Amino acid sequence: MVLLSARDIHKKYDETEVLKGIDLDIEQGQVVALIGASGSGKTTFLRCINLLEEYHQGRIELEGESIGYSANGRRRKLGERQISAQRAKIGMVFQSFNLFPHMTAEANVMLGLTKVRGMSNAEAQERARHWLDRVGLADRRQHYPYQLSGGQQQRVAIARAVAMEPRLMLFDEVTSALDPELVAEVLAVMQDLAKSGMTMVVVSHEMLFVRDVATRVVFMDGGLVAQSGTPDEVLHNPQTERLRSFLGRFHGIFGPV
Amino acid sequence: MELERGTFLYEAWTARWSLLEGLMVTISSSVMTIIIGTVLGFAVGLVLTYGMLPFRILARLYVDIMRGIPVLVLILFTYYGLAILKIGVKPYWAGVIALSLFCISHVAENVRGAVQSIPQGQHEAGMAIGMRFFQRLRYIILPQAVRRALPPWVNTALEIVKGTTLLSVIGVVELLLANQQAIARNYMILQFYMAATIVYIIINFSIAQAAAALERRYAYLRY
Ligand SMILES: Nc1ncnc2c1ncn2[C@@H]1O[C@H](COP(=O)(O)OP(=O)(O)O)[C@@H](O)[C@H]1O
Ligand SMILES: [Mg+2]
Repeated sequence: MVLLSARDIHKKYDETEVLKGIDLDIEQGQVVALIGASGSGKTTFLRCINLLEEYHQGRIELEGESIGYSANGRRRKLGERQISAQRAKIGMVFQSFNLFPHMTAEANVMLGLTKVRGMSNAEAQERARHWLDRVGLADRRQHYPYQLSGGQQQRVAIARAVAMEPRLMLFDEVTSALDPELVAEVLAVMQDLAKSGMTMVVVSHEMLFVRDVATRVVFMDGGLVAQSGTPDEVLHNPQTERLRSFLGRFHGIFGPV
Repeated sequence: MELERGTFLYEAWTARWSLLEGLMVTISSSVMTIIIGTVLGFAVGLVLTYGMLPFRILARLYVDIMRGIPVLVLILFTYYGLAILKIGVKPYWAGVIALSLFCISHVAENVRGAVQSIPQGQHEAGMAIGMRFFQRLRYIILPQAVRRALPPWVNTALEIVKGTTLLSVIGVVELLLANQQAIARNYMILQFYMAATIVYIIINFSIAQAAAALERRYAYLRY
């Protein structure tokens, strides 16, 4: 079943078009890895999905519901109430964590549950504890972000997003800001999520993770989807010179044998 | 204790009620101004940051003009301006209004600076979990911004306390004018001005200490 479909997404910053007609369907339960050179539009595309950016052409549907813009008639941005409700169905984890620094780990996770989902404090706390447990931070619930390592902060950020029970999770280079020795703990949490059946779009340069966890790899180039397929097809049988040279940067792990 | 006529303590004791009254006027006009200025300044600061364009321009205009006028001029203008418009207000209230106009502009600018210093990522993290604008403001942005706005707010408060001395020019008998009136009777210029100075320092020191305590209270939030 198609969970998310993006059709012909065009996005301009001022006069430069950075997305030039993205088409992508994401099936329920898929783990889609978005790869591509810096500046190819991966971040911009994720942000369009979550309505953090407006785009001037194209349509995105989540479970058949038009996201961000009215589906019929003149293309019109939806109201804040509707957009917020739609965003709550899509979780996003940022490269820079963006935890709320004035709240404990637990309070970070609880905020959306109480204010957006309308849960009682007790309910929200129980769920926050469950997810902090699940990302391996049961003993860090009462810590403030500055008391946590980067890897721990990023795991709190994942717990905060997942606790909302989104239909889809977006990860934008979530390990890029981490010290190398902290990358694995975050990837492990993401792998655990993927196994549990969560639909995920993952922008990542961790090629081993992409190869082992993704069910589908999408190579973006110059604001377009240049190639898409199974990890095997894309990583080992690049169809374009651009993809070959992109993969070549990863120490020759991939590319044609 | 027997006080000898002609000593400072004797003269101060003689003038105690008018001095005390002056002190009360200083404190009440300061407190009044700071409360009005903080509440309205907060609102204007938010308009300055998030308001729709025409409102934002108006707020910007107000803040820039108020910050550009010497407080003394503002006080005279308010007092005589209201009189010319046949709006009868006591000098005390004209003074509080003028100081408040000044205070609002400073608090507004402080609030704008503090709110805008919160990284955009904080808004986006809130959006990503489906929070609406006012929820983000209330639970994410303002709690952080208020802590950042505290130090400049203290500065503004101290300026206001010192600014109340200017109310003497429109005849408000606040601490300074009460002292001057005592001096007019006994010519103990140095002693009375010194005493007044010490009282101002004590008031402002107390405000600064209270704020420092508040900051220490939240010192565990290092970010
Ligand atoms: N806020 C912005 N304003 C102007 N240009 C931007 C902005 N954000 C991104 N861009 C440009 O859009 C292009 C795509 O950026 P991005 O989506 O961040 O790529 P990626 O995530 O693949 O590195 C880049 O050329 C970048 O310079
Ligand atoms: Mg990026």
